[in-house]
Amino acid sequence: MRDTVMDILTESPVTAKPLLEARGLSFAAGGQTLIHGIDLEIEPGKRTLVMGANGSGKSLLLRLLHGLLTPSAGQVLWRGHAPDRAARRAQAMVFQRPVMLRRSVLANLNFALKVHGLAGRDRADRANEALEMARLTDLATHPARVLSGGEQQRLAVARALVCEPDLLFLDEPTSSLDPASTQMIEDLVNAAHKRGVTIVMVTHDMGQARRMGDEVIFLHAGRVAERGSLDQVLGAPRSEAARAWTQGRLYTATDN
Amino acid sequence: MFSFGDIMAEALGLILTWDRDLSEIVALSLRVTLTAVAVACLIGLPLGAIVGAFRFPGRGVATVLLNALMGLPPVVVGLFVYLMLSNAGPLGILGLLYTPTAMIIAQTILVTPIVAALTKQVVEDLHGEYAEQFASFGLSARERVSALLWDARYSLLTVALAGFGRAVAEVGAVLIVGGNINHVTRVMTTTIALETSKGNLELALALGVLLLALAVIVNALVMALRASAVRAAYA
Repeated sequence: MRDTVMDILTESPVTAKPLLEARGLSFAAGGQTLIHGIDLEIEPGKRTLVMGANGSGKSLLLRLLHGLLTPSAGQVLWRGHAPDRAARRAQAMVFQRPVMLRRSVLANLNFALKVHGLAGRDRADRANEALEMARLTDLATHPARVLSGGEQQRLAVARALVCEPDLLFLDEPTSSLDPASTQMIEDLVNAAHKRGVTIVMVTHDMGQARRMGDEVIFLHAGRVAERGSLDQVLGAPRSEAARAWTQGRLYTATDN
Repeated sequence: MFSFGDIMAEALGLILTWDRDLSEIVALSLRVTLTAVAVACLIGLPLGAIVGAFRFPGRGVATVLLNALMGLPPVVVGLFVYLMLSNAGPLGILGLLYTPTAMIIAQTILVTPIVAALTKQVVEDLHGEYAEQFASFGLSARERVSALLWDARYSLLTVALAGFGRAVAEVGAVLIVGGNINHVTRVMTTTIALETSKGNLELALALGVLLLALAVIVNALVMALRASAVRAAYA
């Protein structure tokens, strides 16, 4: 039994109740297990980075946590309960390649607000705020699909944040962007974090990790190889996989 | 014996003087065809979108059926609708046989599978692109279908055009269920067939020219609308 008197006394007195939990989360496809019984907790207000070599299961884990994929075993809990429609709407996700609806920039934002049940005046105010925040006001009436890659990703982040989610997932949102666009995306995400949004982000970029992370979950071959503070995982990794990766010796999850 | 030139000259004369019978026939043709296409779109667009966007048991069978029904023989549809609406048929009590409504029903049956099958293809491609984002938004099935149809709206104009093309050129089904009754159910295609058999080639040719012009005009209008809309708000 874990909760002995000593355990309770030595634990920090105030531990935040996890926003999201994964219990024994596994995922298999094509006869192969890609995620192996992962247990983790995401605490509210934190910026958690998911890192690891190519093919380690980072994007898969994100999709499982967000409910885009159904786990083969285990479960995800939202505030201690099985996620429902309301839970889904308290989360948002930004994909590596932004998915732009075939509508104007403003209509993309309005669509997200509409499906979240915001009506008329409130919707217009929130959409305009989001445009301003993402520096897209001048492009409001432009078709979203003709924007540059950086502008599209800014719109994707703004569209994810406009509904004020509690938790924002980002799957390598700046992997194909130039430094200026990357900076703008990071500013948007950090500003959201300051407003209280919990962040879970996949990134390969150690510089970005240092700018944007509080803690790191390091995945290797579908398992959590290591989890800890940014300084600990990137500076003094305990696992061989994390050590090899930070030293540039591990490219894919199948490398030894 | 008249030459082709004489017949063409007389046909153009009929068009230019805009004969009353001619206008009545053209108006009824447009009414029947546009109503049938509108009803077919009301049924076929959501049906195609559902088959295109969702995985469900029997989806493969539904797809094969929709594709197969695109090639429905008009005379078979005409015969089926005739049997349904004739006095001995289950819907005979409605008294719709040999009315424009019967013709609309027959054309709707012919056009709906075309609209549904082509919509399925358009929506399936779009949904492949949107699926994860829609799942992330937590959209209901109804919200998905309406968003997909809205975002595919300009491609779906072409789908509606394909339905219009089928309906406006159709003769077999409307002849069987409409009967080609003067001032009641006479449309362009059935009149062309009748007048040609009677040797009244001027009127038949005039209607043929008008039918062709109508198809070109409707296509041009829809394409122009699509092009300007795409430039304005869609890429």
